[in-house]
Amino acid sequence: MSENIVDKVTQGDYKYGFVTDIETEIIPKGLNEDIVRLISQKKGEPEWLLEYRLKAYRHWCTLEMPKWAHLDIPEIDYQDIYYFAAPKSKPSPKSLDEVDPELLKTFDKLGIPLEEQKQLSGMAVDAVMDSVSVKTTYKENLAELGIIFCSFSEAVKDYPDLVKKYLGSAVSYADNFFAALNSAVFSDGSFVYIPKGVRCPMELSTYFRINAKNTGQFERTLIVADDDSYVSYLEGCTAPVRDESQLHAAIVELIAHDRAEIKYSTVQNWYPGDKDGKGGIYNFVTKRAICKGDSSKVSWTQVETGSAITWKYPSCVLQGDNSVGEFYSVAVTNNYQQADTGTKMIHLGKNTRSHIVSKGISAGHSQNSYRGLVKVSKNADGARNFSQCDSLLLGDKCGAHTFPYMDIKNDTAVVEHEATTSKINEDQIFYCNQRGISNEDAVGLIVNGYAKEVLNKLPMEFAVEAQKLLSVSLEGSVG
Amino acid sequence: MEIEQSYIDIYKEFAPTLKANSAEVMNRNRDEAFARFEALGFPTQKMENYRYTDVRSRFAVNYGMNLRQVSCPLSPSDLVKCNVPGISTHLFFVVNDTFLSCPSATLARDMEELMEKGVLWGSLKEHAEKYPELVARYYGKAADVENDGLVAFNAAFAQDGFFLYVPKNVVIEKPVQLINVMHANVDMMANSRNLIILEDGAQAKFLVCAHTMDQVNFLCNRVTEVFVGKGASYEQYKLEQTNYKMNNFGSLFVKQEADSHVIVNESTLHNGFTRNNIRVDLDGEHADTLLCGMAIADKEEHVDNTTFINHNVPNCQSRELYKYVADDSSVGVFAGRVLVKEGAQKTEAYQSCKNICLTKDAHIYSKPQLEIYADDVKCSHGATTGQMDDTALFYMRARGISEKEAKMLLMLAFMDDVIEKISVEALRSKIRLLVEKRFRGELSKCSGCEICKE
Repeated sequence: MSENIVDKVTQGDYKYGFVTDIETEIIPKGLNEDIVRLISQKKGEPEWLLEYRLKAYRHWCTLEMPKWAHLDIPEIDYQDIYYFAAPKSKPSPKSLDEVDPELLKTFDKLGIPLEEQKQLSGMAVDAVMDSVSVKTTYKENLAELGIIFCSFSEAVKDYPDLVKKYLGSAVSYADNFFAALNSAVFSDGSFVYIPKGVRCPMELSTYFRINAKNTGQFERTLIVADDDSYVSYLEGCTAPVRDESQLHAAIVELIAHDRAEIKYSTVQNWYPGDKDGKGGIYNFVTKRAICKGDSSKVSWTQVETGSAITWKYPSCVLQGDNSVGEFYSVAVTNNYQQADTGTKMIHLGKNTRSHIVSKGISAGHSQNSYRGLVKVSKNADGARNFSQCDSLLLGDKCGAHTFPYMDIKNDTAVVEHEATTSKINEDQIFYCNQRGISNEDAVGLIVNGYAKEVLNKLPMEFAVEAQKLLSVSLEGSVG
Repeated sequence: MEIEQSYIDIYKEFAPTLKANSAEVMNRNRDEAFARFEALGFPTQKMENYRYTDVRSRFAVNYGMNLRQVSCPLSPSDLVKCNVPGISTHLFFVVNDTFLSCPSATLARDMEELMEKGVLWGSLKEHAEKYPELVARYYGKAADVENDGLVAFNAAFAQDGFFLYVPKNVVIEKPVQLINVMHANVDMMANSRNLIILEDGAQAKFLVCAHTMDQVNFLCNRVTEVFVGKGASYEQYKLEQTNYKMNNFGSLFVKQEADSHVIVNESTLHNGFTRNNIRVDLDGEHADTLLCGMAIADKEEHVDNTTFINHNVPNCQSRELYKYVADDSSVGVFAGRVLVKEGAQKTEAYQSCKNICLTKDAHIYSKPQLEIYADDVKCSHGATTGQMDDTALFYMRARGISEKEAKMLLMLAFMDDVIEKISVEALRSKIRLLVEKRFRGELSKCSGCEICKE
């Protein structure tokens, strides 16, 4: 019985797998200093940014790809990737009419409220296709409040001081292999600045889509929340179905000043590869938040259902006293997907608190790992952490692993970690069956209930989408 | 490789001496093990399993090695006072890395009876010479020479140690006690090897104490292999109370057959540097394992317990409980890994690690890991690091108990979870007493023990 259901799950189709027929402008394959210069030149960047890229590139050349993760990563040929691909439309469209209609169709298919009439849904969207930001909505409305929400390249032109000040302050180019790569070749992304005392009235959102063949996507998101401000930011990702694997190595940096709060939600649904594990996106992302100010708060929420390989650890550096870091995650792996994800909570300030809830669901032949670090430094008096990571196994060919690290160097810290691994209880299924609920629905119910704690943390609009995603990813599911 | 090089040179020069003073069975794979060590070197902190513990530098001291196995001028009667009051045990001694044979044949009656039943115990070297087939069947079959430099090093240099063989369905009622004594007037290294074989249905309790007699640098690299047959029951209690200059490396490899039952309890009350590697392979269904341990560390002490439980077959159970109290600038490390292999359904594995950090300079690293490839399992782990409950302290202080006393009571209660798991009543109360003394700062002198006087 359950075998059939597993089969069904594994046959769930990826519905975002279309390719948009838009002319793209790409530069030669491969990576060298000239390519880095070319990217910088194409984007008309100032000298300091080119210097930054080159420093990152030179550092990258000295690094080797890390091997420690519980992942089976095929050899990646970094010279066989296009490092820049942009939809070839008129430069920086002023209004929607100027945007390529094909592109609009794409975003229509994705259900992204890019069009003006969708204003009612109250979401400001920055859409990034391949590597270039194509359209940012509601910029004007936000500008009235002093909020800056624009593509990264615009920010470099219009607000160079801000970018210069914060770029690389959370994730330095020397941080790791992929951070160095991204810092060398990043093409675009989103930039958000919330001024002092402003509460951003709407959800800010970015949609990322990889469209062109053989390209890597290297976007960069930088969010700065000044004193007493608040922002909620959403990120969604999709990619077309392709046979070859594609690399996605992004950087997200969040900086929260005194009493500021940043809520960052991700629904990651990159193409996961087909049911034999062919193709799919390699999602190697560095995400880090600095709770710089006192009483600041950063909350990561992620629903990870896509990507052939997911390898990321959204982290919080709790620098300010009384700052709070949160991490809520649902990671679903199916077929031959692999995930090694989790978080790092670095407690530096006094009375800092962190909360980690991670729910892993593995089905098919997939491997799902939680890896997390809670570090309490010597001066972080009164630090408090609670971590919970649960794994749910659907099927006997998959694996669920937990690798928590706790490094405690303070005598007043209280750190707790809890983990369980189990499968769906037959009693629970039986209970539902008895009440006329089919096996599939019962599993759906149970899985949704299992992930509820995390889904509840998502903003409304995303919660609905995430729930749908969960049921698509595990369609039918298992008994 | 400089540190390794000096040992490599020693081996190359003295291999014939090493071999001449050991048994043929132990020499069979000596060169291979040495080659493996040459390739691996000592573990470094770059290795995931040795992240928090710097093993290599511990070997940098210029230790003496007793390659000729010159016996020590000590008689068991000098040492015998270090016993556990209230229970009698079958007592054996290993001085440095050499088994101390009883000079007179004054074997106790019950010992003789057991030997008539076929129990073999004593020097590993002697037994390997007398019963080469038996020893060869087990020697080196569990130890992981391939991947661990410390084990390879031991296999290359170990010449003797303790051997215990319990035939089918024989039960040894009294605990078998092995006292490891380090005694030398120069810095000394010992590589000894224990081999314990319990055939189907056999039962034994094994008590290991570690002591130092001199204030010089000691390093002990010990590998113990334990084979537990079907339905057999094995309990091992290890107690470390030495001095700050002692470096103890213990690698324990346990292989369990179906329906067997194993308890391993390792208490580090006082030791300069401890690294325990425990690896348990559950090879038969319905076997169960309980690993527990405690560590009380102060000053610059370093205690690292790294455990690895392999659930190779369905229906096995494993439990782990570790508790640490770290004072001053000591370091406590717990890394536990449970691997549930594909198809090992109905596995139950529980892991728990609880720690108290007493000062800002004390560090606790915990890393409880689960790696699961089967779906019908119940696995959990919990880890906490914290300090004493303020309300509990206040409650006691309100009733006239001094702060110091109240703290001690709480710490004792904290450690009691581990002590409770000891099945030998007398040992339990003895350890309880020792823990209390340790917390009181009266250090580790076990009462009535001549050799631990510092």
